[in-house]
Amino acid sequence: MLTYIGRRLALTIPTIFALMFLTFLAVRLVPGDPVEVRTGERGISPERLAQFRHELGLDQPVWKQFADYVSGLAQGDFGISLVTKEPVLKEFLTLFPATLELAFFATVFAVTFGIPFGVVAALRRGGILDHGLMGVALFGYSMPIFWWGLLLILFFSVQLDLTPVSGRIDLLYYFEPVTGFMTIDALISGQEGAFASALSHLVLPAVVLGTIPLAAIARMTRSSMLEVLEEDYVRTARAKGLPPLRVIGLHALRNAMIPVVTVIGLQGGTLLAGAVLTETIFAWPGVGKWLIESIFRRDYPALQGGVLLISSILVLVNLGVDIVNGVINPRVRHGR
Amino acid sequence: MSRTIRGSVAAVSFAAAVLASTALSAKTLVYCSEGSPENFTPALNTTGTSLDAARPVFNQLVEFERGTTKVVPGLAEKWDISDDGKVITFHLRKGVKFHSGINNFKPTRDFNADDVLFSFNRQGDPKHPYHKVSGGAYDYYNDMEMPKLIQKLEKVDDYTIRMTLSEPNAPFIANLAMDLGTIHSAEYADFLMKQGKPEQFDQIPVGTGPFQFVAYQKDAVIRFKAFPQYWGGKAKIDDLVYAITPDATARYAKLKKGECQVMFGPNPADLAKMKEDKDINLLSQPGLNIAYVAFNVQKKPFDDKHVRQAYIMAIDKAAIIRDVYQGAGQAAKNLIPPTIWSYNDKVKDYGYDPEKARQLLKEAGVQTPLDIDLWYMPVQRPYNPNAKRIAEMMQADLAKVGLNAKLVTYEWGEYRKRLQQGEHITGQLGWTGDNGDPDNFFFLLGCSAARAGGQNLSKWCDKNFDDRLVKAKQIPNVAERTKLYEEMQTIAHDEAPQMTIAHSVVFEPIRKEVTGYKVSPLGRHDFYGVEVK
Repeated sequence: MLTYIGRRLALTIPTIFALMFLTFLAVRLVPGDPVEVRTGERGISPERLAQFRHELGLDQPVWKQFADYVSGLAQGDFGISLVTKEPVLKEFLTLFPATLELAFFATVFAVTFGIPFGVVAALRRGGILDHGLMGVALFGYSMPIFWWGLLLILFFSVQLDLTPVSGRIDLLYYFEPVTGFMTIDALISGQEGAFASALSHLVLPAVVLGTIPLAAIARMTRSSMLEVLEEDYVRTARAKGLPPLRVIGLHALRNAMIPVVTVIGLQGGTLLAGAVLTETIFAWPGVGKWLIESIFRRDYPALQGGVLLISSILVLVNLGVDIVNGVINPRVRHGR
Repeated sequence: MSRTIRGSVAAVSFAAAVLASTALSAKTLVYCSEGSPENFTPALNTTGTSLDAARPVFNQLVEFERGTTKVVPGLAEKWDISDDGKVITFHLRKGVKFHSGINNFKPTRDFNADDVLFSFNRQGDPKHPYHKVSGGAYDYYNDMEMPKLIQKLEKVDDYTIRMTLSEPNAPFIANLAMDLGTIHSAEYADFLMKQGKPEQFDQIPVGTGPFQFVAYQKDAVIRFKAFPQYWGGKAKIDDLVYAITPDATARYAKLKKGECQVMFGPNPADLAKMKEDKDINLLSQPGLNIAYVAFNVQKKPFDDKHVRQAYIMAIDKAAIIRDVYQGAGQAAKNLIPPTIWSYNDKVKDYGYDPEKARQLLKEAGVQTPLDIDLWYMPVQRPYNPNAKRIAEMMQADLAKVGLNAKLVTYEWGEYRKRLQQGEHITGQLGWTGDNGDPDNFFFLLGCSAARAGGQNLSKWCDKNFDDRLVKAKQIPNVAERTKLYEEMQTIAHDEAPQMTIAHSVVFEPIRKEVTGYKVSPLGRHDFYGVEVK
């Protein structure tokens, strides 16, 4: 087992190094640098332009900029945002809990609905329910997040007045963040109604962000269930006269869940990518929205630091999934 | 734990203690803004988003009257200008209080001349202890050539400041009303320097303005409350909240639901619905901007004014305003918008006349079809929603009179650089004004900007025009200046170094319960004097 974990860990290191290089390169491939973005129609004297570039280190050869970046990273220094002059890591850590909270509730939504949808579709294979649910899943999977978010806002917030439009909590409530998770902070604050307000603000963004994972989970649950339902032990269980609910709930579902758990784990990437758009629509102050603003401002350190941090988290999540899989399934562990 | 982190934690804990009991009062105005501020020191910023976020807290020596570009007294009650126009003496307002900071700062004295010295010297003196704090790029201060202009800045006494200029400069007073003229507390700067936290100066603002800073939750909310001791009288609202909402459709949804009362930048597609909405007042005003096509007069045949006039007549400007601006633009006949004083309404636009255009080209000896180019910006600008679409419409119109325009564009930074070098034959660009002074627009056609790399994209240098431009910049008398600018507009029309396209119209949707809100021609969002019923 230790060898397996060691092997997985060793594979992670080149991945993270490649990420470092790619993010560094990618942000510089976007046309226009931070100085040009700042000057607008006004024009700028060549002397001041040179001075700005020098201050930002942009007059250095790219390899030197990369070497400085890597040596900073080695010391845990992700750089200073060109725009806010705050350390990138500090900004990321301030905003990341909001993204994590949103991703968590989106996953809860996706799992709560995705698994039952998949099970029902499998049990009614070929029937109207199956076609209906899988049609919904396909629709959810191909839905542009931006459009879906606005549609829900217009319908549930504006027309039906059921949910707030955007933000994390009603402006009526104000308390300093303790954990950065609004639901937890609302509870800690002890202010009446704050927790309910935080939850109501989570509904729409969690639904929007959770839609694609829901579709993926529902489809995987269905196909996995169909496979398991054909197995001998299910037939045996039925033949023994066990009640159908017990056969499905206990014998079939538990085994069908193995690939589904992997799919849930792999939704991390979808959630973080989706967060970029979801956070922008719902004015959710997380890292997704922050990255978008950093792109517009060509804030190189924020952009490369932010992307690297998010990607590293994903790499670590995948590593975690691999290790868990190895623990549950010896065939994976032994590379068979 | 480092000293900075410890300091921040202490500040945050203190803020939490102060604010734990803070609840929004009945008179709260929520403004749905579009983005997060970079910091709260206007001198460091150039984006409207950041400047809007700091303005409630501060004053300048002179200020723009709300809803206009007229300069009125601010922290200076009055000012005298010497006969040679080079020495300006400001008499400062007495009894002006600074806010307390949420980081334990308590002012011990009123505003005085030291604060003025601090605010300008931070920007102008590279040896000033605060000059390098927070990156120390003072773009506007430098762009408006303040280091060159201000020769000497002296404190005569606690309530008198004397500025000596290197040359007479009439727009200078308007420059001081810009955000670069924001007055900070020198005492607060010392307080933070002693604590070893100078960078907090730009994150936790302390000023003399109508609202004091309460809190900023990154990327989410900025909170202010009315300052009871404000020298102009307490604001009519008690709490001012900026709810940062980047998406225009979400902002509109919040406005409809009453989650905010004023919103930034509506989607053009939503304007029609907003006009019909019984809960919303859709305010509008031509923006302080211009979209134009510059003709490079150094390239044949555009050295001939008849060819330039023919080009203008060949274009159906009304169709561009209708199809591209979709009601959010006003056809421009002058370089300055009608909201700026000295606008010459007597100038008559050329009008769409392809027949006359063909005739003019023939008379000028132009062999048609003639290949020319037409550059367009690769990006959307406040004055131009779709430069490519405009270019395509113009291309079709020009083809009808025998001018085959090849469409050209580059990456935005490269585009501006090449235009300023004069590589184009005809090219689109525009301008957004800074201070409402006509000079801030007309310099775009001056001889000194016509050099390669200068902002006069037509590379047009006309003595009649330029003499007036230089003279108008030096005399303080507004009536005399007005006359000169009016004449310049006639010259620019006749000589046609550029085709003025449009001034975009700025729309500001506010809820009906909001009264006293004024659309700023400068694109600002000011909430002092605004009430929520």
